[in-house]
Amino acid sequence: MAPAPHDFRELRLDGVCRAFGHVNALHDVTLSVGRGEFVALVGPSGCGKSTALNCIAGLLQLSAGAIWLDDRRLDDVGPEDRGFGMVFQNYALFPHMTVRRNIGFGLAAQHRPKAEIARRVDEALALVRLAGHAEKLPGQLSGGQQQRVAIARAVVMEPPLVLMDEPLSNLDAKLRLEMRAEIRRIHSMLGCSTIYVTHDQEEALSLADRIVVLIDGRTRQIGTPEELYTAPANADVAEFMGYRNLVASDAEPAGDGVMVTVGGGRLPGTPMRPLGGRVVVAIRPDDLRPVLDGPIVATVEIAEYHGRDFYAVARAEDGTDLYFRSERRIAAGDTLRLGAPPARVLVYPA
Amino acid sequence: MNGEKPRLRWRLREAGLDGVTLLVLPGVLFVLALFIYPFLYGLGLSFHPAKGDWLANYRRFFSDPFLWRTIPTTLLIAAPVTVLNVVLSVPVALRVRRMRRQRLLTTILVIPITLGTVMVAEGLLTYLGPRGWLNRTLILFGIASGPVHLVHNYWGVMLSLLISGFPFTFLLTLSYVTGIDPSLEQAGAMLGARARQRFRHILLPLLAPGLAITLALAFVQAFTVFPSAILVGDPAGATRVISIAAYQAAYEQFDYSLASAIAMLMAGVQVVIIVALLGARSLLFRGPASSGKG
Repeated sequence: MAPAPHDFRELRLDGVCRAFGHVNALHDVTLSVGRGEFVALVGPSGCGKSTALNCIAGLLQLSAGAIWLDDRRLDDVGPEDRGFGMVFQNYALFPHMTVRRNIGFGLAAQHRPKAEIARRVDEALALVRLAGHAEKLPGQLSGGQQQRVAIARAVVMEPPLVLMDEPLSNLDAKLRLEMRAEIRRIHSMLGCSTIYVTHDQEEALSLADRIVVLIDGRTRQIGTPEELYTAPANADVAEFMGYRNLVASDAEPAGDGVMVTVGGGRLPGTPMRPLGGRVVVAIRPDDLRPVLDGPIVATVEIAEYHGRDFYAVARAEDGTDLYFRSERRIAAGDTLRLGAPPARVLVYPA
Repeated sequence: MNGEKPRLRWRLREAGLDGVTLLVLPGVLFVLALFIYPFLYGLGLSFHPAKGDWLANYRRFFSDPFLWRTIPTTLLIAAPVTVLNVVLSVPVALRVRRMRRQRLLTTILVIPITLGTVMVAEGLLTYLGPRGWLNRTLILFGIASGPVHLVHNYWGVMLSLLISGFPFTFLLTLSYVTGIDPSLEQAGAMLGARARQRFRHILLPLLAPGLAITLALAFVQAFTVFPSAILVGDPAGATRVISIAAYQAAYEQFDYSLASAIAMLMAGVQVVIIVALLGARSLLFRGPASSGKG
């Protein structure tokens, strides 16, 4: 298929707010999405990410703020006229129409010539590798195939921007990995921009060029997957990004870094923001490892075998539960010493 | 384990029969005693006329215009009012579905059901009669020169059936409308379809099978109209419906055999219409009105 014809430079959300009754689902969200970019909106459930997507789609009105596509104001334009593609969480395929009619629906609504509709639907079917299924009803397809139809239906219109609302959450683990690669492939083939909502940080890391973390309706961090993975801006983002060990501590300056106390052991850490007094220490389970001279002494409570290594929970001397990984065989009841490289012990103000 | 057949009780349970199944017995007895038996009795009775051979009642019905014309008369009332009720229900249900105070509005719309036909007829006579407030207002403002006749004729029965039938069709339609996944319409909107296109190509096809059922049930209700045809209609002329003919045969001429024959013909007409509606329905898509798995 030809690249999206409606060229644009950027989609801009400017102080977007959305309230439901007295509850602020979105609070002052400002964001810009460039041409061809793949942006993931992530956050724990109820953080407002789907609300944000629906606001961009035009399915929800804004309470305040504005949405711009270059210099065209979009927020008082209906969803019919925004020209964005959308893939719904439940696919929202029209159950009474064949795959062909589902995909051709938008083109037919624009009264395009029959021959053009047929040609473009065929191209879209080929793109999502469903060429042999054109005359089936959605109910006759598997979940993964329905998902492909939903994507084909959204991209056949050649939209400048495709919105995806947790499109993989209804698929099983294996299919999810397959479809993830598929979505990335289609995105780079078409050259459209994609805004992708997910609660799965791994999905966001693997797909996106840029990740927006929403927590309680506020933007907490915008950055590349690498930035978010290695240097979350605050403890809430760190928690969402898989820093399972979040421990309250005191901090003392020590050289370039600080000394903190985790599970009764003293270890050096990296201050992420200016600190004073109380802090929160964030460590990924992958960075906390059993080491011979580790400062933390802990007793293993649960050890799960994960093939390449063990994922374990241990109780430190002061009663803190710590999550870590071990390549060496461990079992519940073992007492061992844990440590983490100072660069991977992130310290945030409490 | 061994090659023995499973016990009878288990086999019955596999087939969906167990102790709980017995609970349908009272219902079955009820239907047999109060529906099947009277129906068969009436059917038999209709073939034993007071005089003449076994088909004499039916021959008489179709040769006497005063009798056979009740069928077109009833259809002329029942068919339009049924269609009108369903056609009105759809937009109202689509609107109500999105309302927050849905329950309040539903309650208000359902009140006519609890009123009963006689009460509705009373109200119509009072408000729409020659000296009712509607006519007084019309005359006062010079909109009409004399009273507009809205009761004791065809329109009185129409209005009465509209009021008492609408809540029923509305509630049924509302349940069908709420069964349609709202994301389907949103998907239509995202693909650029206007409200009219979304209704025509997404909502209506998914709603159609339910509307066929609603039409069938509402039609049966309207076709058996009796009290309002007498109270607010013109029971000797324009609203001499088939149930009036059956009533007169049974309780004015005491010809139960003829009355039974008329009741059978009434049932026959209804069956023909319902079979036609459900036949049309079977041509439609009848899968779930949602999408995706789980």
